[in-house]
Amino acid sequence: MSITEVEFQATAVENAPVKSIEGRSQWQLTWRRLRGDKIAIISMVVIIIIVLAALAAPLVASATGHGVYQAFPNNGLTADGAPVGPGVHGFILGTDNTGRDLLVRILYGARISLFVGVFTTLLGAVLGVSVGMIAGYFGGWVDTILARLIDAVLAFPFIVLALALAAVLNPSLWIVVGIIAFFAWAGIARIVRGQTLALKEKEYIEAARSLGAGPWRIMFVDILPNLLGPVLVLATLFIPTAIGVEATLSFLGIGIPPPAPSWGNILNAAQDYYQVDPWFVIFPAAALLITTLAFNLLGDGIRDAMDPRTERIFAGRKTGRRKNGKRGKGLNLDNALLVGEQATMTVDHPVAPGEES
Amino acid sequence: MSDLLNGQAPAGPEADAGDDVLIRADNIVKYFPVKGNGLVRRTVANVQAVDGVSLTVKRGQTLGLVGETGCGKSTLARCIAGLIPVTSGKVYFEGKDITNLPRRTMQPFRREIQMIFQDPYGSLNPRRRVGAIIGDPFAVHKTATGSERKKAVQELMERVGLNPEHYNRFPAEFSGGQRQRIGVARALALRPKLIICDEPVSALDVSIQAQVLNLLSDLQSEFGLSYLFIAHDLEVVRHVSDAVTVMYLGRVAESGPGNQVYDHSRHPYSTALLSAAPAADPDAAAERQRVLLTGDVPSPIHPPSGCRFHPRCPKAQDLCGTTEPALENKAGDPSTHLTACHFPVEAGEDLARVGRREQS
Repeated sequence: MSITEVEFQATAVENAPVKSIEGRSQWQLTWRRLRGDKIAIISMVVIIIIVLAALAAPLVASATGHGVYQAFPNNGLTADGAPVGPGVHGFILGTDNTGRDLLVRILYGARISLFVGVFTTLLGAVLGVSVGMIAGYFGGWVDTILARLIDAVLAFPFIVLALALAAVLNPSLWIVVGIIAFFAWAGIARIVRGQTLALKEKEYIEAARSLGAGPWRIMFVDILPNLLGPVLVLATLFIPTAIGVEATLSFLGIGIPPPAPSWGNILNAAQDYYQVDPWFVIFPAAALLITTLAFNLLGDGIRDAMDPRTERIFAGRKTGRRKNGKRGKGLNLDNALLVGEQATMTVDHPVAPGEES
Repeated sequence: MSDLLNGQAPAGPEADAGDDVLIRADNIVKYFPVKGNGLVRRTVANVQAVDGVSLTVKRGQTLGLVGETGCGKSTLARCIAGLIPVTSGKVYFEGKDITNLPRRTMQPFRREIQMIFQDPYGSLNPRRRVGAIIGDPFAVHKTATGSERKKAVQELMERVGLNPEHYNRFPAEFSGGQRQRIGVARALALRPKLIICDEPVSALDVSIQAQVLNLLSDLQSEFGLSYLFIAHDLEVVRHVSDAVTVMYLGRVAESGPGNQVYDHSRHPYSTALLSAAPAADPDAAAERQRVLLTGDVPSPIHPPSGCRFHPRCPKAQDLCGTTEPALENKAGDPSTHLTACHFPVEAGEDLARVGRREQS
């Protein structure tokens, strides 16, 4: 075949009409797949409603005329001092044990829950990605030290640390944020490290090195974009965990200090009244449940949408769900997952050869 | 910097006189340590991937490097490109010692030595747009920015036969041949003098191979490039190479001008390797006498003593197992034709028959 013939063919092929010149990015493709996932979309709508409600908390407070710290001992409590139920005396969800409006308290509590959930996850993700990427990319003694540090943090019993800190310092929002972020980064770092170990063996990393790119450029330009998908999934699934941990700490009295409202400390106050006024327990618990469930389901949806390999199984799961009437969560392709709800994070990641000593 | 380098290069510069030698690798050794399983991970053995290989690539020419899988071709290429440190030996680029330079000192030479990789799928970052991938060399070396870079990238895309309007696409939207063109464009971006092609076409369909090979040869004449061309497809190497080096188990078996090595091979390994290449003409294929080698390639952790090829060589004698043959010019060959063999194949000698007699 002569050169001109070949070139002619090549131009013929490459001058073929093109549908779209702009390539679809990973995110566009993910969004297209996510749009077809009803549960994920419903979860997203629920989350948006919760966020809007939290933002609207002061509006609700002024509309009802009930401040967040304002107790109404006269009409907010029954004659024997118990909280009133929903709809009584203009308290839409009833009151708490000191006669404060439960709706306003829960909405202000949502602000704290969402702030703690999102902020600690962001903090943990930034720290975790940095540490994991540095450990995985540089290897050697840097990796040895950082990997052992990650193991040490993950082995740490967080309740004990929280109790100790609360005993030494006064409980506060920032201690809660600090404790959760301290445990958040290690789980993310471990998975990012594993991914980085795999990614740095790719030929395009070698190609970047042959161009003269330095380690930081390779990490941020070549490796990071490949990590964002898994990290986004991890982060979405960590938000409900963080919200749960915050509620746990506040429930135990070592989290957000009263009178500031938090779902955890509302539940703590409510535990003595569940027989008298079950709504006092049900409403904050439902807020906690719906929020964590919505984030978890959205995280699942993003994970399925992110990884094209799961698409077929995802379709199978849809039909399976129709048949069984429930969501088949057993099909879990992802071996890099935080197991939510508890602060103990069970993480598996492929062990790179030579990694274990 | 040149003072510093001159001081370190005793045998280098004068040997490259006449400056037609672009890059010279001198006695390159690359061992990969094999670590034990103990608490203190001691090195228990070495994989002798490359063990004392020298080669030169002349300006504007192509050196083909052939050999079986695992003979150290790619390791040698990465040593020369400075991607992995060498255990010992020297690499000279235009007479300057560039062996194991730190990254920043190496930077100017990176512009002169580029690589094209084997796997057109693995060598392009799937998360980055083609424009960003081809523009990477400009970004790393800060030679062009913004619209200037985009223009340069689109010119490169056009030059290698890609549609410049595909600038914003992702690698997954291209075919294997187009992806390899992207790799070529990236290697070409800094106008290097040497491009190391590590099996650039072996992952492609045969029809696409021809397109990419023709593109490479066009670019060679247009930009005066030199290639170090690694392949295990012997016909491809013959087609593109001015000179050929045959490697076996980390050493050079034979090297010389392409036609000389192909038509008058002296090393029994080269003869066997070349006789194994399929012939396109069925009549020739029927007549062809294949030299059948017995056994597998020995482990590079414990290579055979003496000549590394002797356990599989049909001509091996006692001497071969004890004394390593030097890579030298054999009587009757042109001065550039070097063979590392005690008992080189003579003209008209039928190695296939020797092999068969040995086995029966």
